[in-house]
Amino acid sequence: MTALIEARNICVRVGGQEVLHDVSMQIAPREIVTILGPNGSGKSTLLRALLGILPVSHGAVSQRPGLRIGYMPQKLHIDRTMPLSASRFLSLPGRHTQAETQAMLTRVGVPEVADRPMTGLSGGQFQRVLLARALLTRPELLVLDEPTQGLDQPGEAAFYRLIDEVRDETGAAVLMVSHDLHVVMSASDRVICLNGHICCEGTPRVVSNAPEYRALFGLGTQGALALYQHVHDHDHTHDDHTHDHDHAHAHDDKHGHHHHAG
Amino acid sequence: MITIMRMRTMTSMGTIIMLDDFLFRALLAGVGVALATGPLGAFVVWRRMAYFGDSTAHAAILGVALALALDLPIGLGTLVVSLGVAVAVATLAARGWAMDTTLGVLAHSALAFGLLAASFVPEARTDLSAYLFGDILAVSRTDLAFIWLGALAVVALLVWRWSALLTATLNEDLAAASGINPDRERLVLTLALALTVAVALKVVGALLIAAMLIIPAAAARGLARSPEAMAVLASVVGAAAVAGGLGLSLHMDTPAGPSIVAVAAVAFALVAGLSRRRG
Repeated sequence: MTALIEARNICVRVGGQEVLHDVSMQIAPREIVTILGPNGSGKSTLLRALLGILPVSHGAVSQRPGLRIGYMPQKLHIDRTMPLSASRFLSLPGRHTQAETQAMLTRVGVPEVADRPMTGLSGGQFQRVLLARALLTRPELLVLDEPTQGLDQPGEAAFYRLIDEVRDETGAAVLMVSHDLHVVMSASDRVICLNGHICCEGTPRVVSNAPEYRALFGLGTQGALALYQHVHDHDHTHDDHTHDHDHAHAHDDKHGHHHHAG
Repeated sequence: MITIMRMRTMTSMGTIIMLDDFLFRALLAGVGVALATGPLGAFVVWRRMAYFGDSTAHAAILGVALALALDLPIGLGTLVVSLGVAVAVATLAARGWAMDTTLGVLAHSALAFGLLAASFVPEARTDLSAYLFGDILAVSRTDLAFIWLGALAVVALLVWRWSALLTATLNEDLAAASGINPDRERLVLTLALALTVAVALKVVGALLIAAMLIIPAAAARGLARSPEAMAVLASVVGAAAVAGGLGLSLHMDTPAGPSIVAVAAVAFALVAGLSRRRG
């Protein structure tokens, strides 16, 4: 197996609900893969299943033996009651020398935060420290769950540039989750559209022209507008609407979902 | 008994006189408890488990009553029941029950059933207040050995799992991605908590154990710059509170357990005042 990590026909249930259905994917060395999908489409769930955090109810996930993964979770709330400096955070759980942590903080552009408490960092500094922690394990695969959450647009662009540089320097593959289209299009080798199952996948250009993608995100739109025009995927049957699914009903259904989309 | 006899013949007279002194035994017992409650209390504070400690401690009363009724060692009874309640809470919470409801139901029913059960056991009825409020001045050599063995076991457990516990406390996904099982670490803390409750029951009593866990750790937060420093300082504050509380009890003839907690609370207020002025 040349893939770093592979999922074969996995289904994942969370709280009795099937969140992912029959998903198969793999990541090759050095590849940047982005998982794209609306809120609640199971993006984070897929990452967590690939990492072995969540059990799969069907299918299997296999990792190349000895694979080193650097993981950056979506949300990390650090309780103010815990006194934790950035450099101490970087040594959890594996210890690193002060020289190593300082060098890595410098690499991600925040050399000044080493002795500062994590709870006092700005959003951008915090995300960079999280990335530094993921990089310290010298990963062959970086897994980033919405890494630019809470950053402004210039901050976001700078962060994606940093990830790109890191990939070139270390040769690590990158698997990330996003719901913003414009950034993803330029920064990825391959895009996977997810909505409970894989709707479509391929290079950014191929995917952006795929009808499934357009159905999921709207036609040629970006950002917030895309989410408003989000149309429910037709493979994705609703329990309460499965029978007499005629045109009028489908139309109602669509209108109903405008609320959820926003 | 044999070891104590041998100790008598082998150790110097000075040590024997010290251990014979009830006040010195009380101090040693309190310091032993503070050793365990310091680092464990830090986790209780970080994980917002304050009420969890409370319910485990309340359940210990049921353990006391059952142990007396079945003629078993009291330490064993409190350990088993505390552990049972702690595991029940963790299991129910994992199944999606609201944490405060689960704790409220289990803590107070365990306390109520404990008090009911104690009323059927004559011995328990007489010294029930000793278990509710602690009786540190009546600590025996056997109690002392039990307290220190338990406290050292708790500290050893926490030191051994330190990095994993800290990572799992910070974020369970982060821990799981690093190959740490968050459920296992939670179980380690639950076990340490049950052990600490069993050990501390005699010293501060079931009603004040949670205070001994939280107040020193909260005071240490204002002084510490790293998780490790906070854990150690919490033990130091706890030990100082024991010494101060015993002194207070001696001079003012106040109950020992509440005196210890009161001194810890004053220490917390001082630190909080200081760090506010500094910051």
